[in-house]
Amino acid sequence: MDSQLTYNYKVIRQFTIMTVVWGIVGMTVGVLIAAQLAWPALNFDLPWLTYSRLRPLHTNAVIFAFGGCALFATSLYVVQRTCQTRLISDKLAAFVFWGWTAVILLAAITLPLGITSSKEYAELEWPIDLLITVVWVAYAILFFGTIMKRRTPHIYVANWFYGAFILTVAVLHVVNSAELPVSLWKSYSVYPGAIDAMVQWWYGHNAVGFFLTAGFLGIMYYFVPKQAERPIYSYRLSVVHFWALISLYMWAGPHHLHYTALPNWAQSIGMVFSLMLLAPSWGGMINGVMTLSGAWHKLRSDPILRFMIVSLSFYGMSTFEGPMMSIKTVNALSHYTDWTIGHVHSGALGWVGLISIGAVYALIKPLFNREFYSVKLIEVHFWVATIGIVLYIAAMWIAGVMQGLMWRAVNSDGTLTYSFVESLEATHPYYVVRLLGGALFLLGMFVMAWNLYKTLGRSAETVPSTAAQTA
Amino acid sequence: MSSGMHWWIVLLVVGNTLGMWWLIWWASRPRAGEAATGDVTGHTWDGDLQEYNNPLPRWWLWLFYITIGFTAIYLAVYPGLGKFRGLFGWSQEGQYETEVDRADDTYGPIFASYAGQDIEALAKDPEALQVGQRLFVTYCAQCHGSDAKGARGFPNLTDAVWNWGGTPEAIKTSILQGRMGVMPPFGPVLGEEGTENVANYVLSLSGRESDATKAAAGKALFDTQCVACHMPDGTGNQALGAPNLTDDDWLYGGSLQTVMATLTGGRNGQMPAHQQFLGDDKSHVLAAYVYSLSQPK
Repeated sequence: MDSQLTYNYKVIRQFTIMTVVWGIVGMTVGVLIAAQLAWPALNFDLPWLTYSRLRPLHTNAVIFAFGGCALFATSLYVVQRTCQTRLISDKLAAFVFWGWTAVILLAAITLPLGITSSKEYAELEWPIDLLITVVWVAYAILFFGTIMKRRTPHIYVANWFYGAFILTVAVLHVVNSAELPVSLWKSYSVYPGAIDAMVQWWYGHNAVGFFLTAGFLGIMYYFVPKQAERPIYSYRLSVVHFWALISLYMWAGPHHLHYTALPNWAQSIGMVFSLMLLAPSWGGMINGVMTLSGAWHKLRSDPILRFMIVSLSFYGMSTFEGPMMSIKTVNALSHYTDWTIGHVHSGALGWVGLISIGAVYALIKPLFNREFYSVKLIEVHFWVATIGIVLYIAAMWIAGVMQGLMWRAVNSDGTLTYSFVESLEATHPYYVVRLLGGALFLLGMFVMAWNLYKTLGRSAETVPSTAAQTA
Repeated sequence: MSSGMHWWIVLLVVGNTLGMWWLIWWASRPRAGEAATGDVTGHTWDGDLQEYNNPLPRWWLWLFYITIGFTAIYLAVYPGLGKFRGLFGWSQEGQYETEVDRADDTYGPIFASYAGQDIEALAKDPEALQVGQRLFVTYCAQCHGSDAKGARGFPNLTDAVWNWGGTPEAIKTSILQGRMGVMPPFGPVLGEEGTENVANYVLSLSGRESDATKAAAGKALFDTQCVACHMPDGTGNQALGAPNLTDDDWLYGGSLQTVMATLTGGRNGQMPAHQQFLGDDKSHVLAAYVYSLSQPK
């Protein structure tokens, strides 16, 4: 084998650092809008600080900037390490990094200005949509090109999940963003009425399924066995749950549109396919958690591994909750309440957040070849983040169920027992608790940033080893 | 739905569901030559990444089979497979109608008995007022406020000022049929100077601070352009919903600037009709509540 072979770590380092930076930015905006829900005056009467403009900024920043950078960093790292080959092109890698950074900056400018296509999680206007498409195609060529010139006979399971994520997100983005521009910064969706709603939630739920689930399962399949130094629990299970997951997720979107203008048949199909998703989703959790069998003691000494395992617990919890909420009877209570917000954040903070944080910590040693400034601070980060998540989702569960029950309560004369404002008033204390939970999670990110800043300031132990390992 | 679409949906849904069944059945069978439980598969990546080939956990397999079974039953009973309506013929529209009918059967008599009474009498009945208030905070508070004191563009219902009349019957008509308070735009007709003059005259009608010279010039325009609705003395006309301009009560604001904006661009006040939605009987109780708000306690 070629002894001169080295990996491209530059792009990985860039994306890894930006994961932390964008995480802090996106979560700061999240904490601000959480505070606005408790105290609306905090928009200071400035149009670009209103909830309606900052909410999409928050979701785009945490999903596509924080989550996106974590996926770029890990996928481009994992594909090199498990294929034992360098990325096919350093220039293309640089283009993906700077292109994606441009997308994020454009989002950060246009969304507060009120420039939006009004499609949830796809708010960016058409010129940015085009840029996303170009960057994504470059990313796909980079990833699949590297797979094609791999030096290993088999494709590692993490790469299946990354591959499915890259392909599907391309399809989702192009189909859902089909729009007619009327000016440089305004376009209209090509789909009418209920069809637009269905396309939007086909996109929306598959963004959850393929961006926030399949992509991060790719992270899990590499970093959990690496960190635990144990083999994956079951190859067979990974095959089964991979195919089940990607074929079933495609159908789940209509559960966002229960009891709406969407035809009955589409709603039913959305519900049953969401229920069938329970087992395949748990397949990933089982494979991750059971990989630790025989190495449970490592959880005591390794806070990075703890991030990953607790992340899998939240994954299991929210993928149980999701199918339950897709049942029409449950949805009739939960829909439009803060229960949905709690559910999303148990997945976003618990699963996506913690596994990304764990992966970033795990990448520091190989990428920068430095010992951590403080392992204690990683412990602190873990506990602050976990307590933050628990406060957040518990507050939103209680608030959501309470809202659902208040909205449907009727008096003996059939009139509603509570006006909307009364339910809002009752929710106020939970909004404050949620703010506290979110602020704790953000605090953890600052602890991480400080720790990494001090770590990178240390001198490297030896020359960073980017040489490919032999199998 | 076309039959092509129907069969396409059936094919995809049944195919994917059966495919899942086949996948887990196939994957749970032992095969010759594969790694035994507890052994790694033999592939290694990145130095130390390996895989066991443990069997699918039984409880997990059962969970998967059960959800597939549930899907089969659900799609037999409920609409899902294209045009097939399900064995019970359930639909969300049917469920809605059933629930509304049941509610009408249960609560209809309560409102029917109120509807038999005079609005003025109901306005003194504390129980009826409580019912009316609950309806108000559900259906009216979004615009008129939960204290019914209104907001800019939405009338205060607790004072003595009524654009469309404050009698019990007029209030009920407003609720049932809605109102369209249209002030046409006069900017093109009056011109900039004329608009300022008329605005000054309008302000003078309620004793507001105004420029006497401009007001005098405005009066001439008012007498030709505005009197048809607002009457020569500016006291308005409730039959048209034209506000009284002499009472210093302002729906959109009484500053010179705002009155000029009203004159220039006009206004479009919309009170939606509730007859189809609430029906006569509930509107009757609601009217009694609204009427009571402006009555001396």
